[in-house]
Order: sequence, then C-alpha cells, then structure tokens
Amino acid sequence: MIEIKNICKSFAETKVLKGISATFEKGKTSLIIGQSGSGKTVLLKCLLGLHNFNKGDIIYGNEKLNDLDENDKMTLKSKIGTVFQGSALFDSMSIEENVMLPLKMFTNYSNEEILDRANLVLKRVNLINVNKKMPSEASGGMQKRVAIARAIVNNPEYLFCDEPNSGLDPKTATLIDNLIKEITIESNIVTVINSHDMNSVMEIGDKIVFLEDGLKKWEGSKNNIFKTENKAVTDFVYSSPLYKKIRDSYNK
Amino acid sequence: MRHLHNIGLYFIMIKKMFHKPTKWSVMKQLILKDIEDLVINSLPIISFVSFCIGGVITIQTALNLTSPLTPKSLVGFATRESVILEFAPTIISIIMAGKIGSFITSSIGSMRVTEQIDALEVMGVNSLNYLILPKVIAMLFYPFLISVAMFLGIFGGLAACVYGGFSTINDFITGVQMDFIPFHMTYAFIKTFVFAFLLASIPSFHGYYMKGGALEVGKASTTAFVWTSVSIILINYILTQMLLS
Repeated sequence: MIEIKNICKSFAETKVLKGISATFEKGKTSLIIGQSGSGKTVLLKCLLGLHNFNKGDIIYGNEKLNDLDENDKMTLKSKIGTVFQGSALFDSMSIEENVMLPLKMFTNYSNEEILDRANLVLKRVNLINVNKKMPSEASGGMQKRVAIARAIVNNPEYLFCDEPNSGLDPKTATLIDNLIKEITIESNIVTVINSHDMNSVMEIGDKIVFLEDGLKKWEGSKNNIFKTENKAVTDFVYSSPLYKKIRDSYNK
Repeated sequence: MRHLHNIGLYFIMIKKMFHKPTKWSVMKQLILKDIEDLVINSLPIISFVSFCIGGVITIQTALNLTSPLTPKSLVGFATRESVILEFAPTIISIIMAGKIGSFITSSIGSMRVTEQIDALEVMGVNSLNYLILPKVIAMLFYPFLISVAMFLGIFGGLAACVYGGFSTINDFITGVQMDFIPFHMTYAFIKTFVFAFLLASIPSFHGYYMKGGALEVGKASTTAFVWTSVSIILINYILTQMLLS
C-alpha cells in the first residue's frame, strides 16, 4: 500500500500541491485525474522521488520515503515500475535491450535467463517478433506496450503510469488500459495512473482521486463517479454533452 | 551568481558520478560504445584536419624563412614544435569540443527532454554514473587521437614541404629530429588528459542539467561548445605556465 499524507509542494512562490492525502491499495488501479495544471504530474513525480516535497509524508509499505537515505531510496526505486507519458524508451537500444535493462542492472541472472524473462513479458504485452526493432521503428501503441513490459519485467511492487494512453487511438487506448488492469490483478501490485482519459476512468478506475488547483476535491470509484453531485468533478468529467447523456441514462 | 552556481553544480556532478556504480557488465558495454562514438568515429576528421593544418604550418613557416643564412631544416623543426606543443593537443581539442561536445550535449539533452533520464532514475539507476562516467573513461583513449594528429600533422608538413619545393625530405627530417626535448611530449600528453576530461564532463553537464525542449537542446550544445573551448584555452594557459615556464 502507498499512503500519502498532507503533501505540499511549491516551486518558488507557486504552491502546486496544497496538502494532498490519499491511499493506494494493492491489486487495485488508482487513477489521479484533474485538469492540466491541477498538480497530477507533480504529485506523481513526488511519489517517484523525482521531486522533493516541502511538507507531508509518503509511505511505501512500512518505509517512509522522506526518511530514506539515497541508497535506500535507490533500493526502493528498484521495486517501482514506471510508464512515462512519452514512453521514455532508450533510443540507442533495441526493444529487447530496453526490456532487459532493469534485469541486467539489478539481478544476477544469466544472459539466457534475462532473455527468457524479456521474451515472456513482451509476449504478455502481446509483442512478438519485434525484439530487434528500434523504438523509432515501433508505433505509438507498441512503444507504450514496450514501456509497460520494461516496467513490469523486474516484478515491481508498485506501478506508476503517467497518461499511458495519451496520443493513442481509442481501440489501442482500451487495450493498454485493460493490459494495465490485468497486470495489476495478476501480480497484486499497487498501480497509480495519471489520466485525462474518461474512458480509462470508467473502465479501470477502482479508485479515483480528483485534483483541482493542488487540492484533492473528490475521491471515489468508477461507480460513484456517475452519482456524485460534486460540482468540480461533474464539471470536469461531464464537460461534453455525450458524457452528460451517458450519466443521465446511467442514473435513470 | 548563476555562473558560480553552475561551477558548484559541476563539481557536485563530478562527485555524484562515482556514487552507486553501475554493474560492470553493463558499464563495460557503455564504455565500448562510447569509445566507438567519441574516439574511433573522430579519427577521419582528425586525420583530415591534422594533415591539412600540418601542411599549412609548414608552408607559412617556409615562406617566412627568407634569409639564405637560415638552414632549410628549420622548417621541419618549427613544424614539429608547433604541432606537438600546440596544434595537436589544443587546437584539435577545440575542434573536438565542437564534434564530441555537441554530440554528448545533444544526446544527453535529448534523453532529458524525452524523460529517459527520469526513467533511469526511477529504476534506481544513478543516471550520472550510467551516462557520464563511461564517457569520461572512454576519453582516456583520447591521447591516441592526439598521437595520430601529431603524426599526421608532421607528415602533412613533410608532404607540403617536399611537394611545394621548400626543402628536401632529408632537410625536413633533420629538422624534425633536431633538439628534441622529450618533456615536450610529456607536457603535450598531460594537457591532452586534462582536455579529455573537460571534453567529456562539460558537455555532459550542459546536457544533463538542461531544461526545456528541442530548441533548448540546440542552445545547450552551443553553450557547451563555448564553455568547453573557454575552459580548454584557460587551462592551456595555466598548464603551460606551470609546466614550461
């Protein structure tokens, strides 16, 4: 489980996070949603240890992130898998080498074992016969799947995804959503996803945290979001007439 | 104030570069790749530039030695001294600040822009050690390039001298062997090692700590070239004062 307590983060005079608390549980996909500039990415980067926060606590299991020294932070990070918005695959490496890198860095497996594991996770994300391709030769959806494969190859306890289906067509986006959901359940890991995508919210949002202007304004599940009367949430989620109609018909 | 901050950050980067080392099996591959990218791939341009500049030094020297009392061998002597003391270690390093430096800054800068460095960090990899140390180690082979530049510079001078009709091959070779001071080679290679470190670390610093997008990668490459060149020239002056005066 990940617990965040009263997280505050400022850049110079600008307060970006103004005391956010939430918990993210094992085996569930938790989504952080909100408008651009609401603080989603900053919160995710605080969780990943890429930003130092000014106040509050982040607790991974029994380990308080802010109390860990650099070496312990590095050890904790080796239990984390991350899918970045732009995939962040290493350009100079083939798809196979990208997936193998975490294993090469942090395990003592033989080359054959590493290759077998890489092939297994590539197969898991439905990528076959693409091992030797370079990331630039792969489509956007493929790159996302490679990024997921790289994130899960080391059996992480925590999976973070920053807008995993941005820039993808609806069909591929749904595939990626379902893949993340399946992996979360299979491996019983804590998954936290930053998203703008309302399909993701409705499909895989076991827990949804809504941020606005650096504050948590609402928390619930995909089922609750249809019924909520919270204006900030309804203005954001049901901003299009189509979603308003869907909500009305769902509630009827 | 900003420059002072950057100088401090540069030394912190150097210190952090040695923390939490990358596994040797991975590091070895990175070093070999960087030797290829930074050293081997620089051989053609270094060969071409050295040969031509060696020829130009010889022609200019020969054209200025107009007195009939001056021995013809002096052309070879002057070429050797110019090439070994200054041209090969310093001028080639400034040229390499453009080639190697911009390559390093743009490749690391692009990794910053596309969140590849963040990806390394969240994996628990010390990205400074992973990205910069292999380049610094690869640049230990930089003196090999400078040796080639010295040889081809003098050889270019010989070719220009003989084919330009300024002196005979024997006169030129006599000049090249005349009053040779072995310490000049030591001096040249001490400079080379220091320049190699600057060539790897300053562009890496500018790439690693850049902020922004593609446009800023270009700006960072230019800034890296300027600061590497300035540092090379400044250190060249200090080392020459310390070692030769």
